[in-house]
Amino acid sequence: MERILDLNIVEVRKLLKKGEISSVDLTRFYLERIKKYDGAIQSYLRTTEEVAMAMAEDADGRIRAGEDGPLLGIPFGIKDIFCAKGMETTCASQILKGFIAPYDATVIQRLKERHFVHLGRVNMDEFAMGSSTENSSFQTTKNPWDLTRIPGGSSGGSAAAVAGGLCAASLGTDTGGSIRQPAGLCGVVGMKPTYGRVSRYGLIAFASSLDQIGPITRNVTDCATVLGAIAGYDPMDSTSIPQPVPDYLALLGRDIKGMKIGVAKEYFVEGIEPDVKKAVADSIALFEKHGAIVVDITLPHTEYAVSTYYIICTAEASSNLARYDGVKYGLRVDGKDIIDMYKKTRMKGFGQEVKRRIILGTYVLSSGYYDAYYGQAGKVRTLIRRDFEEAFTRCDIIVTPVSPTTAFTIGEKAEDPLQMYLSDIFTIPVNLAGLPGMSVPCGFDRAGLPIGLQIIGQPLDEARMLQAAFVLESEKKVKTIPDSFKG
Amino acid sequence: MKITKETVEYVAHLGRLRLEPHEVELYTEQLGRILDHMDALSALNTEGIEPTSHAIPVSCVLREDAGRESLTMEGSLQNAPERKGNFFKVPPIIEVD
Repeated sequence: MERILDLNIVEVRKLLKKGEISSVDLTRFYLERIKKYDGAIQSYLRTTEEVAMAMAEDADGRIRAGEDGPLLGIPFGIKDIFCAKGMETTCASQILKGFIAPYDATVIQRLKERHFVHLGRVNMDEFAMGSSTENSSFQTTKNPWDLTRIPGGSSGGSAAAVAGGLCAASLGTDTGGSIRQPAGLCGVVGMKPTYGRVSRYGLIAFASSLDQIGPITRNVTDCATVLGAIAGYDPMDSTSIPQPVPDYLALLGRDIKGMKIGVAKEYFVEGIEPDVKKAVADSIALFEKHGAIVVDITLPHTEYAVSTYYIICTAEASSNLARYDGVKYGLRVDGKDIIDMYKKTRMKGFGQEVKRRIILGTYVLSSGYYDAYYGQAGKVRTLIRRDFEEAFTRCDIIVTPVSPTTAFTIGEKAEDPLQMYLSDIFTIPVNLAGLPGMSVPCGFDRAGLPIGLQIIGQPLDEARMLQAAFVLESEKKVKTIPDSFKG
Repeated sequence: MKITKETVEYVAHLGRLRLEPHEVELYTEQLGRILDHMDALSALNTEGIEPTSHAIPVSCVLREDAGRESLTMEGSLQNAPERKGNFFKVPPIIEVD
């Protein structure tokens, strides 16, 4: 079964179809690997073994009956932020501990319609607020490439589980880089689609104008496969875009001759590790070798993105998280009256980072400060969006590093929120502009830690990004599971 | 902009959070530094720029005004910390002496 880890989902599906393996075999294989390795990685908050085995048996029945489908019988680890009917869904927060979702998120429903296998729920920063998964109120996930280091965040459990070979694929969410940064730091593929490409219905909200759902996988083919399954219009999300979804898989493998690749000087500033800079430069050279044309572009408002982002996302979070009040679900701590009950519940239920963001978000929205912060941030967001619009008149995709550094050590930035916020400097502008962005492995630093290349596309142009990523992957053949987690 | 302990306490109240004294200290210091960093935004001239609230404009979303399935009463109440019949039960909202 070990060879499964070197195959993509399309190849595994062929084995399932031919009856060489069953979905039950595949599910057991991953569950056993979780037992063997997740004690060290700690990517799963909960495995849902019984559900998984029942789903696998159901899938096998369908396969025997001749049914086919891109994800039929394929086991996933799911970020604990998506409502799945009858399953505990905690967002890695004490305030939602024990919450049983009464309905399915649209993305879960779409995976169920395709008869995937739900292996369990993977770790994250509490309410997706963080860049290291250290803000989980349950456990600290480790980077499979070096267990003393963070896997990135907030979808750190997803990226670590995929890199550790503990699931075939995972779903994450990305508000300011929470898919791309952990994918980059764990050496796997992560895609944040265009805002509105994937329905957010049933996703526990952090910052609604920025949140987007996407796949984290071991290769570009799987990214295209999973994206194709979850993308598309949904009447339950009024921000979802009513546009048809291309066959991403069929579009892979086209050459990139003549593709214009934008390189912005603002993304190659001081603070970037030399190994990261070199790996990105090598990738650009590789694209050129394949006939792409490199174009110098400028994104002059980049330096304002982090501040703009933390004003907007905390403002939206302070509003979204008002629902955790001890009334309808989740934790309640009794108080002498209702206000006292609210305050005690929220004091006990939320962790440090969540409280910090609620306070900051409430402050920037409060009377007297609104115009200076939230009002101004909305306008700067327009300038950042226009930078990209202008750049895309001259190029087809933009490439940058995903992060200025490789994975940092556990605890290194935990006490300094501002330094933590600045680690997302290259991913944040993409969310502000609503654009699709992906992370694809492009090499390792001298310590053997993965480096991710970010590809940014125009709205709804995910296919072209995948095409470029596929060229890079086919040529570089970067390994995605560390040897210590094989065998 | 200098942020004071009193401001943090006031904002925490607006956000319905009770903070321990050491948290007030910590957040006052940290938010001060974060807001200093954010103050760089005020240097930008944004006169006449419309704010972006949603990145991809999708407007006037309408659907047919027809009934459809929704969450059941039991589904809505199944996670209630405390319930009475088909209601969520909460502590007194108006104090009674």
